Amino acid sequence: MDVALAIAFALAGGALGGLLGVGGGILFVPALAIFLGSTQLEAEATSLLVIVPVAIVGTWRQRRLGNVRMADGVTMGLLALPGVVAGVAIANVLPQRALELGFAAFALFVALQLGRRALDPVPPAADAGS
Amino acid sequence: MPANRTIRLAVIGVLAGAFSGLFGVGGGTIMVPLLLVWLGYGEREATGTSLCAIVAIATLATVVQAFYGNVDVGDAALLAVPAVIGVGLGVALQQRLPERAVSALFALMLVAISVELIVP
Repeated sequence: MDVALAIAFALAGGALGGLLGVGGGILFVPALAIFLGSTQLEAEATSLLVIVPVAIVGTWRQRRLGNVRMADGVTMGLLALPGVVAGVAIANVLPQRALELGFAAFALFVALQLGRRALDPVPPAADAGS
Repeated sequence: MPANRTIRLAVIGVLAGAFSGLFGVGGGTIMVPLLLVWLGYGEREATGTSLCAIVAIATLATVVQAFYGNVDVGDAALLAVPAVIGVGLGVALQQRLPERAVSALFALMLVAISVELIVP
């Protein structure tokens, strides 16, 4: 049952990635931590590996639609390295509970943004079908 | 590419990278709004370009986490298959479901996850 729920979360995470241009980690991490018995830190690390194929397929599909500025994307991605190293180092020294609460706060922040989008009376024109 | 623009891309990248490493996400939540507001991207371009940057960011972050010995390749493989199917599903959903319904659904899901994590 737990494995089935984890797989359902992974499916939803991928869908979220395709819809919103994110990696889907916000659902992969809880899938691993809640249903597959990983610690929060292991869940976060493993989620990153799941994100790689999702982002590759997502980029490929979006590129065919002409929505990817390749040079900008690659520049941003590679220049992210110092942030990545700092983020991973901090995640590895923080207590497990702090990491869980931080992740919960991040998930609530994203939920708030999605909620605003859902309730927005006049969606921006650029939103249609994106 | 003008220097100013490169600096903006670098700042967005570093912020997204820090979030990625800290929380095990791609960083798209940071990049998409900043590309819209700061670089004048359209919504679709922002999501497409964000995914492209995430390929690099998530790869770098996986490698660094692997150095700490935290990556479980078996679990990743188990989730990667449905996740990749989900991407195609997301694109199809986009055509059929109203965007607000999708947003509301995901918002509820995330609130449930937060409660699960906060309650010890």
